[in-house]
Amino acid sequence: MAAQASFIGQKNKKEQVYTDPWHMMNEAARTPSFFTGSEVIKEAVRRASCDIMVAYPITPQSEAAALCGELFAEGYIGDYFRGESEFAVMSQCAGAAFGGARVFTTTAGPGTMRAMENFPMWAGARLPIQMIVTCRGINSPLSIQPDTLEISYLMQTGMLVWHAETAQDFYDWILKGYMVSEEPDVHLPLALCCDGFFVTHTKDMVDLTPVDMCLPPYDPYRSPVPCMDMECPPVRMMRDPFVMKSNYISYATHASWQQEVWAAVERSRKHTIRWMDGLIDTENIDADVLVVASGTAVSQSREAIAILEEEGIKVGLVKVKTLRPWPGEEIREATKHANHIIVPEFNVAGWLAREVSATIPNNNRVHAGPHVCGGMTMPPEIIAAEIKTVLGVKAPSLAGRGG
Amino acid sequence: MTTSYRVMPGPEHFLPPSAASMGVRLPDPGQGHIHGSIVSEEEALEEAARQFLSAKVPTIFPGPLVLWAWNDKAAKKAKAIRHLYETIKECVDSSCQQAMLIPMPDYRPKYPKINPEIEINPNHPNLTIWHNKIDACMFVGVHCHQANLSLKIIRGGTNCYTIAMCAQAGHEDAMLSVRDATADKIIRLADWVKKLKGSVTPPVKH
Repeated sequence: MAAQASFIGQKNKKEQVYTDPWHMMNEAARTPSFFTGSEVIKEAVRRASCDIMVAYPITPQSEAAALCGELFAEGYIGDYFRGESEFAVMSQCAGAAFGGARVFTTTAGPGTMRAMENFPMWAGARLPIQMIVTCRGINSPLSIQPDTLEISYLMQTGMLVWHAETAQDFYDWILKGYMVSEEPDVHLPLALCCDGFFVTHTKDMVDLTPVDMCLPPYDPYRSPVPCMDMECPPVRMMRDPFVMKSNYISYATHASWQQEVWAAVERSRKHTIRWMDGLIDTENIDADVLVVASGTAVSQSREAIAILEEEGIKVGLVKVKTLRPWPGEEIREATKHANHIIVPEFNVAGWLAREVSATIPNNNRVHAGPHVCGGMTMPPEIIAAEIKTVLGVKAPSLAGRGG
Repeated sequence: MTTSYRVMPGPEHFLPPSAASMGVRLPDPGQGHIHGSIVSEEEALEEAARQFLSAKVPTIFPGPLVLWAWNDKAAKKAKAIRHLYETIKECVDSSCQQAMLIPMPDYRPKYPKINPEIEINPNHPNLTIWHNKIDACMFVGVHCHQANLSLKIIRGGTNCYTIAMCAQAGHEDAMLSVRDATADKIIRLADWVKKLKGSVTPPVKH
C-alpha cells in the first residue's frame, strides 16, 4: 500500500490525479450522466488506471471492448490489443497479469465458455484480472440474448464473482473491484457479471466520479506470489515433480494450493463488505414472503413487490450482490423469519435457488422460480403470480400472455 | 462470523482445512492473532518470544523477500532477522535448545532432490520440520501464498508451533501472526526475547 500511497496526488499523462480510492468512491462529488451500460464500462475503465486491455470484440453482447479501444486511442489505457479468440484473450490477460500489469477484459456467453480453462488457472495463479461478463445464452440453438447460465460455471473457478443489477452497480463495482481483488490476502480475479442487453444496451442515469480522478496504479510487489518467476509455480507449471509425480507430497501440495485459493475468496469477504456496504441488500425482511434474487431479477422483483403491495400482500427482498464470496451467513439471517422464499432467475438451471437451498435451514421454504431463459424477459407479473400461487391466492394464468 | 475453530499445533490430519474456510479472520493493522483469536500486536510479539524460548529447536525460515537484497528495506529486514536469530541463540539454554536459521531461497519444487535439513521448500516443509525436529518456527519474507501452503502442510503433518511475521495482512494458517512486518518490528520481537530470558521454562533436557 505504501507504494500506491506514494502515487496519490500525482498526475498521470492524461492529467488525471491518482486519488485515494476511498475518497474517490465515497466522498468526491458525483455527476449524473445518461449512459448505456457499455458506455458506463468505458467511463469506469477511464478512471481505473488499467495497464492493459485485451479484447475479442466480436461479441454483440456489449460494445465495451470497442469503446475501451477508443480509450486506448485517447491514451487512458497503457496497451490494448485484440486476441485471436476468447481463449487467446484470456491467456494473454494471464501473461500481462503475470508481468505485473493491471488487466481488464470483457466477454460473454459462448466466449466465456470457450475461455473457461483459463479462469481456474487465473485464480490458482492469484492474478487479480478483472473480467466483465455481460451474460448471454450459451446453449444451442445459439442465442445472443441475456441468460445467466454461464455464471454457474464461473462460481466454481475460484474467482470472485459479483452480479450487478444496474449500470450504477456496474460503474462503482468495476472500480471497487480492483480495490478488493488486489488486496494481498485476496489477489484473485474478479468476474463482474451483469445480465447482457438489459444492462449493457439500455440507458440509465449513472452518477460518475470526477473524470480528473483515477485509481492509484496496481502495485505488483504486494502480490502473494512472485511476479513473473519462470522457475517457480504458478508460472512454471510443468517439468517438475510438483506436477508430474504421483505421490503424497504432490497431492498434498496441490490440495493445499486449491484450499489457499478458496481461503483467499473467504478473505475477500472483509474487504468486500467494507467497499460494497455488505454482500447483500435487504428490504422488509420481516415479511412472511421474501424474494431472493441477483442481477436484473432484483429490479423485476421490486416491481412485482410493488404490484403485490397494492393488493395488500407484503413481500420482502434480498438482493444478492456477491456470489463468491457467497453471503451464506447474511442470507441465513435475512431469511430467518420467512416462510416462503421465492428465487426468480434468468436461467433454466436455477443455480441461485440451489445455492440458497444449500444455505438455509428448512429449505423446503425455497421456491425455485419463476425461471426465464434464452433471452426472455421476466415481467413482474409472473413473479407476482408465482408468489400468489405459493400463498394459495388465486392468480390468472399467464401462459397466454402476449396472445 | 464467530468460529470455535482454533489454529493449534498438529498433526491435525491428512488434509486440514484452511483456517479462513473455518471462519478465522485476519487481524487489522495494529493487531495480531494467537490461535485465530485477535490480540494486540504487542501481545502477539510477547507470545512469539515465549514460544521461541520454550522450544527445543526454535527456528527462523527467511524467504526470498528478505534473502535477496532487492531493495533497501529487504536488506534492513535481513539484518534485523539475523539480529533476532543471534538474540534467540544467546537467550536459550544451549544444553537443551538449539536455535536454527534455515533459508527458503526460492519456491522451485525440488522433491526428492532437496536436502531438507539445510533448506526448506514450501511444497514439502514437513520434511524440514521432521528432519530437524523443529518444534517452533517463524516464517518471514515468504510470499503469502507460499507461506500459507507451508503453514497448512506443517499444521497437517507435524506438531510444530508456527509463527508468521508477515509484511502484508498476516496469516491465519499460522498459530500466531503479526502483520505489516518491518525491520523495527522484528527488532521489537528480539527485545521481547531478551526481556523474557530466564522467565520461560525451557524444554525438558534429554
